[in-house]
Amino acid sequence: MPASNADTDVEIMNSFTQPSLNSCHISSAMERNQLHRQLANMRKSLFDQGFLDEQFIQLEELQDDANPNFVEEVVTLYYRDSTRLILNIEQALDKSPLDLTKLDSLMHQFKGSSSSIGAKKVKLECTQFKEYCKAANGEGCKRTFLQVKKEYGTLKKKLEAYFQMARQVGPVETACRPK
Amino acid sequence: MGSLGSGHAAQFHVLAVDDSILERKLIERLLKISSFQVTAVDSGIKALQFLGLQDSTYQFHQEVEVNLIITDYCMPGMTGFDLLRKIKESTSLKDIPVVIMSSENVPSRINRCLEEGAEEFILKPVQLSDVNKLKPHLLRKRAEEQLSMSNKRKTMKECNSEELTNS
Repeated sequence: MPASNADTDVEIMNSFTQPSLNSCHISSAMERNQLHRQLANMRKSLFDQGFLDEQFIQLEELQDDANPNFVEEVVTLYYRDSTRLILNIEQALDKSPLDLTKLDSLMHQFKGSSSSIGAKKVKLECTQFKEYCKAANGEGCKRTFLQVKKEYGTLKKKLEAYFQMARQVGPVETACRPK
Repeated sequence: MGSLGSGHAAQFHVLAVDDSILERKLIERLLKISSFQVTAVDSGIKALQFLGLQDSTYQFHQEVEVNLIITDYCMPGMTGFDLLRKIKESTSLKDIPVVIMSSENVPSRINRCLEEGAEEFILKPVQLSDVNKLKPHLLRKRAEEQLSMSNKRKTMKECNSEELTNS
């Protein structure tokens, strides 16, 4: 959460009275506020643009001071899982004839983990894929899988950027505060 | 939260079963936040080994008390349903409440599980509110067990005092 205006004012005041000790304070406080705003905007757009749903918020609520990186840890597991499943699905789609049961089972796993992290668009494509499996529509499966990979790739890029920004912003209590 | 009489606040121990490492991490965190002690395993077989129902390379000589088992339905090999059935067939384990998790809302599946003795059926993704619903079950069960134990002691005392009066 961004520092309150009162805190920022105090810091700026302090930096005027003790310039030699706190010369870094004005720029770092302003920068920090700017980064906080950027991070909040990134997060908001992930929801507004439908990449993430309410389940991601559920994960955020499981994070605390004792488990400060919980969300990123879960998302990292998701990348690992997804890489493996995407490869397996790709291999299964290359076979002829298609083993629809196996494809459905693999996609079921991928849909499950996508759902658990709140990956809304990815989950939608997974659902579509499963529909084509049920309808024994191999071409539909292959087409939809391209969409699955596209949405997954987009989400991964956005989340990586988001967590990188979050790390830059750092914990709310930074080392630059006057002691 | 009502008081539980004489009960000391011993943590409830939950055995979580899911083949997905992501799901295990999630369920573990949900349970720990709700003050449960958690053991997470990745298969039904490992769950049965932990519960002492199956031969394994690990010899559990100590009593492992499990208050609740929460298991995924769709798992390779032994499904959550198979595990539920094995537990309910076991004289030593049948009273442990079993909760089934599934990402699919299939009424026939839900009914099957409940008929086989599952306590609850939770739709994934599991949320904190789902886990919060589990505690009242366990607290009530513990209260019932304590009540029945204290009743047994009372009955025995009465029998003993009768014997003394009659002799």
